[in-house]
Amino acid sequence: MKWYLKIIPLLFLLVAWEVVSVLLNNPFILPEPVSVAAVLFKPTADILGSGSILDNSLLSIWRVALGFGLAVACAVPAGIIIGRYRPVEELVNPIIQLFRPIPPLAWVPLALAWFKIGLPSMVFIIFIGSFFPILINSIDGVRRVNRTWIETAAIYGAKGWKLLAYVILPAAAPVIWTGLRVGFGVAWMCVVAAEMLPGTNSGIGYLIMYSYNWGQVQVIIAGMIVIGIIGIGVDILFREVEKRKFQWQEMNR
Amino acid sequence: MTVVLRNVSKTFTARQNEQLLALDNISATVAKGEFLCILGPSGCGKTTLLRMIGGLDHPTSGEIVVGGTPVTGPDPRLAMIFQEYSLYPWRTVRANVGFGLQMRGMPDEEREEIVNRFIGLVGLEGFGDSYPYELSGGMRQRVAVARALATDPAVLLMDEPFGALDARTRNRMQKELLFIWEKTKKTVMFVTHSVDEAVFLADRIMVLSARPGRIAGIYDVDIPRPRDRTSVEFATIRRNVLEFIDRLEHSQ
Ligand SMILES: Nc1ncnc2c1ncn2[C@@H]1O[C@H](COP(=O)(O)OP(=O)(O)OP(=O)(O)O)[C@@H](O)[C@H]1O
Ligand SMILES: [Mg+2]
Repeated sequence: MKWYLKIIPLLFLLVAWEVVSVLLNNPFILPEPVSVAAVLFKPTADILGSGSILDNSLLSIWRVALGFGLAVACAVPAGIIIGRYRPVEELVNPIIQLFRPIPPLAWVPLALAWFKIGLPSMVFIIFIGSFFPILINSIDGVRRVNRTWIETAAIYGAKGWKLLAYVILPAAAPVIWTGLRVGFGVAWMCVVAAEMLPGTNSGIGYLIMYSYNWGQVQVIIAGMIVIGIIGIGVDILFREVEKRKFQWQEMNR
Repeated sequence: MTVVLRNVSKTFTARQNEQLLALDNISATVAKGEFLCILGPSGCGKTTLLRMIGGLDHPTSGEIVVGGTPVTGPDPRLAMIFQEYSLYPWRTVRANVGFGLQMRGMPDEEREEIVNRFIGLVGLEGFGDSYPYELSGGMRQRVAVARALATDPAVLLMDEPFGALDARTRNRMQKELLFIWEKTKKTVMFVTHSVDEAVFLADRIMVLSARPGRIAGIYDVDIPRPRDRTSVEFATIRRNVLEFIDRLEHSQ
């Protein structure tokens, strides 16, 4: 489909928003699109003494990078070991199954009890949120490596780290990458939620919560749009790499 | 390098602890430089036999000796070409062909030269930087052959390598293989379903019975190469083998 056709529903939404906001005529419930656009077009302007949209977004991205990076550093190696060795999997699987269904936000009270309010508890929640999707996909990716590929490697004498680096990792990479993409999505949701906790005083999540207290609905909506755009942007980045690097997987018959 | 099979049997333990005898008491000697074809019905243990010679699996009883040393695991003197698709799809043709050498730690420049030679040998010049998904089935199988040959193994184990190819490509590949074999004098053990292919390629044909695989007969094919499929001797041997297999099926 042509790109300008895909724009039409968006334009429709915008028009509907404009119509409803004019009819309601109450900026504390639904401000007009232009007032939201005014906030968006000045991303470096200070908002109610809490810093700009840009600064707060960057701070949120930084927090996600920490938590997500930590999760990748732990979940990928763990997933490879678990996926490679059946007995390990059988040992840890009950633990994974037990912890996986707990929503990341259910960890909030514990995070506060352990780390108090601040960066460590946010990083912890982001970590928990993105850890499981990455772990599950890494296990799955490694376990699903074609047996013939491994036996071919054995025939040519590849063992230990060579087998890992030249066969297992590249073969599992597309699935692990999907785990990273999903994990990042969760991490991004977690940071926004974590920043809304009482006691926080920075970040894009905090900014929209704070704007609520001041009735600045146009800032809330602008902030939400920014959150969405960053989330989509990173997702597109992940998909783009997937398309370029792991093309073989799609085409493989 | 000679391959000696001494009373090799293989029993698989299927689920519910059921014992499945796949190969029963196989004894044979494949001489250095010999081209042996293995014929047998599906499920008679041909792949299992090659896997055990290649060190990927172990006999339940009996012994396999290659070049004087018993096989205990994969051995650089042997290379195997698998029945199923085994190329690494994330590697280019060049990187696939060079895989074995890379795993042995051969430096890049040295490897490059050998890889190019074998890509040329299997007629894939100009495809070095292609990915397997960009190739036809026949071309992929040739990459697998080049990958095996590049490591210069003394024994080549080939598991129905041309099974999926069309008749013409298959004929061409057979000729190429014979050409390479005559030049390098490797020991080749070649599994096939096709009597025609076996008579065209082999010095000797080993016929296995249906499961459990036993050696039902061994045929010498003493027709000089290049062989002519339309010749009387060719037709005679082919008929003999076919009749033998027919009788074998009826007696079971
Ligand atoms: N890992 C295994 N576990 C249990 N049974 C197995 C295993 N591998 C092979 N078998 C059984 O051993 C028998 C021989 O299998 P094999 O793959 O060697 O047959 P084949 O002669 O190569 O057949 P085809 O011509 O179809 O490739 C089959 O009955 C198969 O089911
Ligand atoms: Mg087979």
